[in-house]
Amino acid sequence: MNRSYQSVGDAVFHRVTQFFAFLILVLVGLTAYEMYSASVLSIEEFGLGFVTSEVWDPVLEEYGALPFIYGTIVTSFLALLLALPLALGIAVFLSELAPPWLERPASFFVELLAAIPSIVYGLWGFFVMVPWLRENVQPFLIEELGFIPLFDGAPYGVGMLAASVILSIMILPIIASISRDVLKAVPLTQREAALGLGSTRWEATRIAISYSRSGILGATILALGRALGETMAVTMVIGNRPEISWSLMDPGHTMASVLANEFTEATTEMYLSALIEIALILFIITLIVNAFARLLVWSVTKGEVQR
Amino acid sequence: MSTHMVYRRSKNLLMYGLCILSTIIAVVPLVLIFYHTISLGASAINWEFFTELPKPVGEEGGGLANAIVGTLILVGLGSLIGLPVGILGGIYLSEYENNAFSTSVRFMTDVLNGVPSIVMGVVAYTLVVIPMRHFSAYAGGLALGILMIPTITRTTEEMLKTVPRSYREAALALGIPQWKTTLRIVLRTAMGGIVTGIMLAIARAAGETAPLLFTALNNRFWHTSLDQPIASLTVFIYNYGVSPFDDWIAQAWGGALVLITLILVLSVAVRFATRTPGGRS
Repeated sequence: MNRSYQSVGDAVFHRVTQFFAFLILVLVGLTAYEMYSASVLSIEEFGLGFVTSEVWDPVLEEYGALPFIYGTIVTSFLALLLALPLALGIAVFLSELAPPWLERPASFFVELLAAIPSIVYGLWGFFVMVPWLRENVQPFLIEELGFIPLFDGAPYGVGMLAASVILSIMILPIIASISRDVLKAVPLTQREAALGLGSTRWEATRIAISYSRSGILGATILALGRALGETMAVTMVIGNRPEISWSLMDPGHTMASVLANEFTEATTEMYLSALIEIALILFIITLIVNAFARLLVWSVTKGEVQR
Repeated sequence: MSTHMVYRRSKNLLMYGLCILSTIIAVVPLVLIFYHTISLGASAINWEFFTELPKPVGEEGGGLANAIVGTLILVGLGSLIGLPVGILGGIYLSEYENNAFSTSVRFMTDVLNGVPSIVMGVVAYTLVVIPMRHFSAYAGGLALGILMIPTITRTTEEMLKTVPRSYREAALALGIPQWKTTLRIVLRTAMGGIVTGIMLAIARAAGETAPLLFTALNNRFWHTSLDQPIASLTVFIYNYGVSPFDDWIAQAWGGALVLITLILVLSVAVRFATRTPGGRS
């Protein structure tokens, strides 16, 4: 398109704003490039074995990311498992059941959960939630379900279970508020048709939920993306042990929490490079997950996403 | 009523009961967090907290004045990056052509939004700390600034899009150049919404810990210049919280109380400002 500017100011303004928009692309590219180049040392040393090796030994300078990848995936997915049913219940409550005078403050409270900083979650998690888990929840789980390897261990309090629970509290508002918006956007005709055919309110709601499937899925994947990268709350309650264990009662480590813990302790180039390679892996995983989620949510709400 | 109907009716009640229960369960941690932060943190809050430097372990008193100032400085530095890129980028996305370039910018903005904050810290480390050979407030500011960009960009674009086309058309018809129209009329109209977006971004940046851990590091004294490590409320809360000292832990809770109050005030203000007659924005 042939652009004819009305004035010099127009040309300048156009190019200036375009430049700053371009900067955003540059930043993402720069992030990827910088992390790659800083982890090249470790990539060349350990190659593909980095993601399959369980050994994380800074003394012998042998590094493997598997414990962290395992910890990240297990805690994030367990958090999703715990959060999803609750969040859907909240979304249904806010979009259908709650009277308007209740819905607005309730929505506000749920969104307030999302605004609390991660470190405050970590503090509360460590000083309040962990003792509660250690005294009330874990002994019960170990006694009743201890025959399953998942629940077989000692009640440390800190560990994979604690991390999963605090993560689920943190991602709850994301799923709940997007699902609420998506449910509210279901055309009234869908519900009315169901009710007209004699369904109960819940059955009509079920139809609304299945109508909003992709939006809710998008919200879930978005929440997964957040859970994968969560650092401070996790590092304060997960026990920070770079070992893989089947039991949820045991301490673990995630990619984000090892970065928080050991980055400033990295004494050698290789150590630092291995840590940055972990950051690179985390970056790529969250990139893929978030891109996927955004594509899904975009397709439902046609581009206007608030969060 | 047939038994099947009874089954369906009771399932109806059960499911709705569960929905109400889930909402209550979700509100419980929120209430507990506020309760514990207030009760455990209030004892540490006094005039000293806001004016004194941290004292060594075991010595009574001391405060986190440098941390509060440090957080303000870091957020200010971040805004120097976040505001121009966010606002001007948002203007470009809203006012100019829709093509592959702008679509990819929008997409990348969302991608940037989802990048974990600790990864941003690593990038700031490689970009600033390594060349400078020491930790600095600049590095921390850069990390926070990049984190602020997506929120501000998206909000600016969306707020500008709500300004009616007739405003632009009227201005252009009167002979005002497009750049002046955008800045003086469109932007000014949407300013309220954009400011709330900025406040949200500031609230997020103020609460970040991970990206500061190895960029701005921490500092038990007043900063002397911006190319030195600087204290921040969040990192202090973390360091004090994992320490074995009771008075430090109490101060960590105090810091958490200050942080939560700040963010609560900003969130309520945003909520209040975006309220539309008849309900949510």
